[in-house]
Amino acid sequence: MDWHRIRSDFPILDQQVNGHPLVYLDNAASSQKPRAVIQTLSHYYERDNSNVHRALHELSNRATEAFEAARKKAAHFIGAASEDEIIFTRGTTEGINLVANTWGTQNLRAGDVILITGMEHHSNLIPWQMLAQRTGAILKYIPVLDDGTLDSAAVETLLTEQVKLFAFVHISNSLGTINPAKELIAKAKALGAVTLLDGAQSAGHMPIDVRDLGCDFFVFSGHKMCGPTGIGVLYGRMALLETMPPWHGGGEMILSVTMEGSTYKAPPHRFEAGTPNIAGVIGLGAAMDYLQAIGLENIQRHDHNLANYAVQRMSEVPGIRILGPQNGHRGALAAFHLDFAHPHDLVEFANSHGVAMRGGHHCTQPLMKRFKVPGTTRASFYFYNMIEEINRLVEVLLLARKFFT
Amino acid sequence: MLSDDLRDLYQQVILDHSRNPRNSGELPPPCLHAHGDNPSCGDEIDVWVRVSDKGDIEDLKFTGQGCAISQASASMMTQKIKGKSKDEAAAVREDFRRVVMGDGAPANEDALGELILLEGVQKFPQRVKCAMLAWRALEQALDSK
Repeated sequence: MDWHRIRSDFPILDQQVNGHPLVYLDNAASSQKPRAVIQTLSHYYERDNSNVHRALHELSNRATEAFEAARKKAAHFIGAASEDEIIFTRGTTEGINLVANTWGTQNLRAGDVILITGMEHHSNLIPWQMLAQRTGAILKYIPVLDDGTLDSAAVETLLTEQVKLFAFVHISNSLGTINPAKELIAKAKALGAVTLLDGAQSAGHMPIDVRDLGCDFFVFSGHKMCGPTGIGVLYGRMALLETMPPWHGGGEMILSVTMEGSTYKAPPHRFEAGTPNIAGVIGLGAAMDYLQAIGLENIQRHDHNLANYAVQRMSEVPGIRILGPQNGHRGALAAFHLDFAHPHDLVEFANSHGVAMRGGHHCTQPLMKRFKVPGTTRASFYFYNMIEEINRLVEVLLLARKFFT
Repeated sequence: MLSDDLRDLYQQVILDHSRNPRNSGELPPPCLHAHGDNPSCGDEIDVWVRVSDKGDIEDLKFTGQGCAISQASASMMTQKIKGKSKDEAAAVREDFRRVVMGDGAPANEDALGELILLEGVQKFPQRVKCAMLAWRALEQALDSK
């Protein structure tokens, strides 16, 4: 693979920040966009912009066609059986909230158990806390071991027939841990639990096949995988979607309306009230085409190499503690703690050298408590990052050590 | 090669205060106490103040964890405020706020002393809450009486 040529597809990366070449290492928060996606968005607004569905004029036909084509692409991208299992959302957070407020409200009763893990992003924790408060269900979590993996002994005791829903993260945004999703889902399903997999950090970084994984729901965001912001996907198995009530009411989701009551469309439209993020959906389709042209296996391999090289090189910095698995099996990120600088001081220092990282709790406050750190600094990678950029990161960490000690 | 803004933000005096905080620790009761935190970044400060019957701040100490700016600001605050009346402390606090936010000139710049070194914060708006954390806790402690 010619990764240097691929990198040149991203116009934003070619710039100076604070007098230094930009080194963008905040990809777990949001990725950059290739020219193909940017051009798709401007083409849509310059040529095809119109509301989708129902209208009979040419522009609306084009917009609707491109919109529904993106749904097919998304189904193909994650191996769904049908495009009708693809619901467009604002992102991972909205997808999880949709499940909590429809399937969750309908199916959970007092005493039922919602099982999550100790490494969830707040978006896969708060909606379940709220659901538990509403229904009287009990929220339990699988603890995280010192090496950043799940406590498999606790899985055996916590995964019981009382568990009605098991929702967990595929790749941890804070630790980089890649959870054994297929195995965990199989265990949960054997006990009759419904499963939701948070793919915010895995979609676009590795091949996803929801039928092979066996999950009932899979959620992800477009903007972390080269797509626009404000668009994401909730995949749901049709047998479940069909039984679920709508969440938001409004246009687009109804069959017929009287003042006395209304009937609703079948999935996915039942869950897509109002004018959707049309440009976002079409842009996401372009991002999926782009990623598949490179090949998700190739991206996964490159991610893996970058992460392992980063961990190896960063370990050279005195006073560093890198969180998460040290066995070479991690997603494209490395979060760390330095004994000589607070994350915010370090991020500020790195920024003045053109290096963009994120410092703080990464929306995983319970996990920070678990590892007894106030926060961490996170360097997160994507396929357009280069080995030279990791070398630069290490150089800047060493400069920071000189500066702060 | 460092930007001037960053050098201004992290002057040696500031880094020294963050590494070797002055008046670190707790005061025994009776005293006033308040806890301040910035949940979004995890910075925490606890301030203990002993105020005389006349309303003078006889002693104050702090404990905390967080970035260099929040800890240095707390350390420098305790040095500056010790021995001041509550009114004087409020005036220094307001002048300090103006300096770190770039919100007009301080009424009495000389009274700020070393604290003026934190004026570099005004180029980093996201760090204002770090610089102000200890001062908010102090105000809360004084109001708790």
